[in-house]
Amino acid sequence: MSGIVTLIAGLLFGFGLALSSMTHPQVVLGFLDVTGAWDPSLVLVLAGAVGVTLTGFYALRGLKKPLLADAFSVASSTKIDRPLIAGSILFGIGWGIGGYCPGPAIALLAAPNQELWIILPALLVGYALHEYLIGRRSK
Amino acid sequence: MIAALLGGVLIGSAALLFFALNGRIAGVSGIIRNFLFGKERLGSMLFLIGVVAGAGIFYALGGSTPVARENFPAWLLALAGVLTGFGTALARGCTSGHGVCGLGRLSPRSLAAVATFIGTAMLTTFVVRHIFGVS
Repeated sequence: MSGIVTLIAGLLFGFGLALSSMTHPQVVLGFLDVTGAWDPSLVLVLAGAVGVTLTGFYALRGLKKPLLADAFSVASSTKIDRPLIAGSILFGIGWGIGGYCPGPAIALLAAPNQELWIILPALLVGYALHEYLIGRRSK
Repeated sequence: MIAALLGGVLIGSAALLFFALNGRIAGVSGIIRNFLFGKERLGSMLFLIGVVAGAGIFYALGGSTPVARENFPAWLLALAGVLTGFGTALARGCTSGHGVCGLGRLSPRSLAAVATFIGTAMLTTFVVRHIFGVS
């Protein structure tokens, strides 16, 4: 049952990404390029998404455990530490260059073009590098 | 504009559904890492298959598909991918985990992450497009 929910959540997520044009790096870069012909799309996507999660998470705040699992699996740390900021800077550079965050890079499998064969393997190499250089130590 | 807002609402609803029923955070970078190196490989794979199929349904209904840039250097795109993977792993979240979910949970860590990666990305896009003239 929880597997079906996972699949449906993924479907909604992917459809939403494509509908909002976040799968198009040109639209994302159009938002990030504040000195160019600014495209506010990403603000609306984030506003729509965070509007739902903000009200939803607030409404669910009394929920002791998820409906189909034993416990919530949520990061409890509130510390703003160096890995958080350094990682976000590295991600910002990557995102600002190519216009792909991880979701759109995966969703590109649904409409493969020549950028897919570069961005997706490179993304996975980035994860593997982290896993072998840092991941094992921090676990 | 309406499509962007509606798409955002769908993304937020997906995150809320995933959290309320399965107790998990719909952060794509964390889910990819779980699929590659973690314990919940099957569940993570299902979510990723859903993301691809969801986008595929939109394209099958006639939605516009992403078009590759003709003159964008391949090495630069590869660098972008590696930095995005490494960076989101180190920061433990990307636009979905820290953005959509973290901001919704009013997490100070996520707010710091989002401000940092959006700020850095804007600066980077300016340098790449307007100083080096690559687009």
